[in-house]
Amino acid sequence: MPWADRAGPPLDRVALAIFVALFGLVSVIGFAAARWRRGDLDLLHEWGLGGRRFGTLITWFLVGGDIYTAYTFIAVPALAFGAGAVAFFAVPFTILVYPLLYLVLPRLWHVCHRRRYITAGDFVRGRFANRWLALAVALTGIVATMPYIALQLLGIQVVLGALGVSGTGAAADAPLLIAFLVLAAFTYSSGLRAPASIAIVKDVLIYVTAIAAVIVVPAELGGFGRIFAAVPPAKLLLAVPGPHTTGAYSAYATLALGSALAQFLYPHSLTGALSASSGRALRRNAALLPAYSLMLGLLALFGYFVIAAGLDKLPRYAAGFRQFGNNFAVPALFLHSFPSWFVGIAFAAIAIGALVPAAIMSIAAANLYTRNVHREFFESSPTERRESQIAKRASLLVKFGALAFIVVVPTQYAIQLQLLGGIWMIQTLPAVMIGAYTRWFNPWALLAGWAVGIAAGTSMAVATHLTPSFPLVLGGYTIPGYTAVYTVILNLLTAALLTPALDALGGPAARADETCAADYRD
Amino acid sequence: MGKKPRKRDGWSWWYALFALQYAVLLWPALYNRVEPRLFGMPFFYWFQLLWVVLGALSTAVVYLALG
Repeated sequence: MPWADRAGPPLDRVALAIFVALFGLVSVIGFAAARWRRGDLDLLHEWGLGGRRFGTLITWFLVGGDIYTAYTFIAVPALAFGAGAVAFFAVPFTILVYPLLYLVLPRLWHVCHRRRYITAGDFVRGRFANRWLALAVALTGIVATMPYIALQLLGIQVVLGALGVSGTGAAADAPLLIAFLVLAAFTYSSGLRAPASIAIVKDVLIYVTAIAAVIVVPAELGGFGRIFAAVPPAKLLLAVPGPHTTGAYSAYATLALGSALAQFLYPHSLTGALSASSGRALRRNAALLPAYSLMLGLLALFGYFVIAAGLDKLPRYAAGFRQFGNNFAVPALFLHSFPSWFVGIAFAAIAIGALVPAAIMSIAAANLYTRNVHREFFESSPTERRESQIAKRASLLVKFGALAFIVVVPTQYAIQLQLLGGIWMIQTLPAVMIGAYTRWFNPWALLAGWAVGIAAGTSMAVATHLTPSFPLVLGGYTIPGYTAVYTVILNLLTAALLTPALDALGGPAARADETCAADYRD
Repeated sequence: MGKKPRKRDGWSWWYALFALQYAVLLWPALYNRVEPRLFGMPFFYWFQLLWVVLGALSTAVVYLALG
């Protein structure tokens, strides 16, 4: 029996049966979604943007599935469990992202809708008439998305391991492979409609799980007072900065700020936002999506529940913690606190929560490849049918890349690359987000700024051994901060300084903008 | 689409509500403390959770004011 691996947690049959049943249900929904709000899936904007038909409610589910992924639900509590208060940066991050959703995204939505743009690359191409800048935006998006998909698959792997599904050799990866094939197939056939419909099921399951855990676990552990009393004082708050440094404070603030700025530059978030039916639907969602932030904040506390219950010291969970590290904190908590049948529901919530963003990410990366790489450089005028076919195939390729990643490369690399991905992604902010307001920047200056930002960000990240925070020293004062924030400032300065020079060199002929001010308004 | 032009274009003082969220949350010295607790939860945690609600409310206010 390949599944009866002695080293892992014991196989829980009831939980596994419910898990498989729910997973099967969403697979059916994923395939059936092709017929939902029916459109011609041979058109890229139908396959890749769901026909831009999703109202306020579906957008809430879809963008919610984008920002609050399965990996978030595993990793944020894991960080709280391991590092303490700093994990709570996820809360200010997911508060500060919504003013941006309210202000910037409706402008992008309108111009993309009017000009039939599907990707950020399309927008940059139209706004700045420079296909190399568009290529830079597209490639950044694709490269940053790959490890992100891999981490979603890691989320599935962790819950499968916790269910006791494990094995040796090829069998070890078989369940993940099955889950993955299902994902690939329904994304291929239904496009963005698949994650949009599954997101509804996922959210119901996640909310039920989170609410149950927030009610049940503190009661078991004797209330929040006792739980926080069990947290070591060093983890309970941010370390107060010493002299001549802003210490943990600036690191915390810039981590929240940089994550918020980068969020809607990620292709999957932008794809979710562009598939809305109106700018108004996005503005409404800026007020409605924080419901998820509240849940995320409560989920972060799960890390402390694990500390208070001392789960990492119980022999029952030792194997899980050994195999998955701190990422096993949430699964251990569910195994410990819930009856088998509910464990099945909770774990299904996480696994399905991984499918939704993984599907959107692969679609978004496929859109970028099709529009800003393939069409731009290899095949200038494909038929609409051919274009959507290229995208479907690209989505498969992206997913297989991510799968190979998670199976072949050590998990730590996926996490580190995802961190680098955030630093890379934010470098498209001047072209995309500021581009939504002004075309003042010269496209070549933007490209130079992007290159400087990517190079500086990568070397700073390597210099800090792939940790997010860089200790900037200014006049004897140390200001640790999120590398993404520092490097995007460098990027902006470069672009701003070069713009007048390059404009003088290139003359007005080098600047062309096919969009007009009215394109950005309701 | 096709809606009447709105006061939303350009700066509006309602956006100060957004700026306020940034000012408060990006200044951790303001809330990095244990007391006062709420239901046994240190200030650091419930204060930020409270701002999730305040943030959503201020976005709703801006939406209702500007459409």
